[in-house]
Amino acid sequence: MPAARDDGARGARLSRQTLRQRFAAYLLHHRQMLAAGFGRLRRHPLATLMTVMVIGIALALPAGTLVLVSNAKSVSGTWQGAARISLFLKQNLSDSALQQLADRVRTYAGVASVKVITASQSLAEFQQHSGFGDTLSLLGNNPLPAVLVIRPANAYTTPLAAQQLGQELGALPQVAEVRMDIQWLRRLQAMLDILHRAVLIIALLLALAVVLIVGNTIRLEIENRRTEIEVSKLLGATDAFIRRPFLYHGAWYGLAGGVMAWMLVLFALLLMAGPVAHLASLYGSQFHLSGLGLKGSLTLLVSSIALGWLGSWVAVARHLRAIEPT
Amino acid sequence: MIQFSEVNKRYAGGNEALAGVSFNIEHGEMVFLTGPSGAGKSTLLKLLALIERPSRGQIVVNGQNLGGIRRGQIPHYRRKVGVIFQDHKLLHDRSVFDNVALPLIIAGVAHQDIPKRVSAALELVGLAHKERALPVMLSTGEQQRVGIARAVISRPPILIADEPTGNLDPDLSFEVMQLFRRLNQVGITVLVASHDHTLIRRLGQRVLSLRAGRVVAPELQGDAHAGRA
Repeated sequence: MPAARDDGARGARLSRQTLRQRFAAYLLHHRQMLAAGFGRLRRHPLATLMTVMVIGIALALPAGTLVLVSNAKSVSGTWQGAARISLFLKQNLSDSALQQLADRVRTYAGVASVKVITASQSLAEFQQHSGFGDTLSLLGNNPLPAVLVIRPANAYTTPLAAQQLGQELGALPQVAEVRMDIQWLRRLQAMLDILHRAVLIIALLLALAVVLIVGNTIRLEIENRRTEIEVSKLLGATDAFIRRPFLYHGAWYGLAGGVMAWMLVLFALLLMAGPVAHLASLYGSQFHLSGLGLKGSLTLLVSSIALGWLGSWVAVARHLRAIEPT
Repeated sequence: MIQFSEVNKRYAGGNEALAGVSFNIEHGEMVFLTGPSGAGKSTLLKLLALIERPSRGQIVVNGQNLGGIRRGQIPHYRRKVGVIFQDHKLLHDRSVFDNVALPLIIAGVAHQDIPKRVSAALELVGLAHKERALPVMLSTGEQQRVGIARAVISRPPILIADEPTGNLDPDLSFEVMQLFRRLNQVGITVLVASHDHTLIRRLGQRVLSLRAGRVVAPELQGDAHAGRA
């Protein structure tokens, strides 16, 4: 039996395989399953497309909403950067005392710039804009105080820091009243935080939906390949070996769904760019919508792959044990 | 090599497939397992392939007590037992080559060694020219031989076959049995379940006979043969 003996010699070599050869074979199997998983998606393009669309929509909803929320946050952030602190000063401050005070305030770390409005400037402005000019001239002396308008330095534009700066400046003896128009911004910020949180919760639910969708698709695939699983088990395949093609298959679904979601978000933003630019122009702003960005895109793709893999793991863990050769 | 001691197998539902089965198959032996349908032949082979577990008793294969093999170790045990099925259990969506190569891929054999070994195994069963064919393009006898090539490619020390000639005509059956004989001659312990008594007598190997889940004494069985012959 020359052929048989020849085969026997090779069989003996099998047990002498080095660890490195085994690892190479292991890596090769991973590579093959990666390619085979993609091949399976391509073999049934219509069914695959439908599954991928469902995953894509489920992922695009939270991703797109998060993009809008972060855009809204960045808009409110720029408004906040424009926050002003007005110091209404006590009456009867001489012009030189006013300048001294302004110089002193400029030395504060949180202060970027100080604009001085003297009492007479206030009056002139009021007369010009209010239409009560004549009434004021009846009063004889100027009832309006001098004002210091302060633009906080960048590090002091957050609500909390601006508040502290305002309190600090308000403690100066010459200051009668501090006014900050940032309260509504803080409320807006709080509302956006709530919205952000709500979107995250929805995102978690939709992520669960993706896991279930992929899990169900892979369950059908497992059912279709029942014979192959049984035969492989009889030939000594480990659970990991049998699991591998399904995990790659699921990961491919995730990736394809992620790419689909990415395109849907991009498309939606393109559709909204025109109206948003129009609205911004009505406010005299240069604002334009920003998209997912590199970091957001990578996060979307990585998490979609992870969800596909997880969904397939759930299906495989539940069904593979049930398939035993009989 | 294969040792059964007082092995019982009772299926859920009360059907007792094997009752107190004891026997011993030596290393390098070739043994036929016979008996009518329902005698427990398939159950016995399933216990050897760890598809089923005995209800009682002990099975030792190649020095390893099967009762001590946990679920996670079953794959490694199965790689050392080549199994041949009556229905071949080939994968019909892939070529003969891929079917025969499967045990090597499962065992993680270096891929550059695989084509040579597949060719050698197919040559052994006389199908060297059918590497690229799909199983459906082959005759039943050829499919069975692909199944044999797949069972021996990882060179297991033990080969078990369940009715391997069940669907074959007498000439093809004899050919397949000759193949088992040759595999046995290169040192593989072979256990073949078959009810083809004519063929078994022609090959003249040791016979283990089962009746209603029990091993029947050889002389009794000899009488039975004498009676039929």
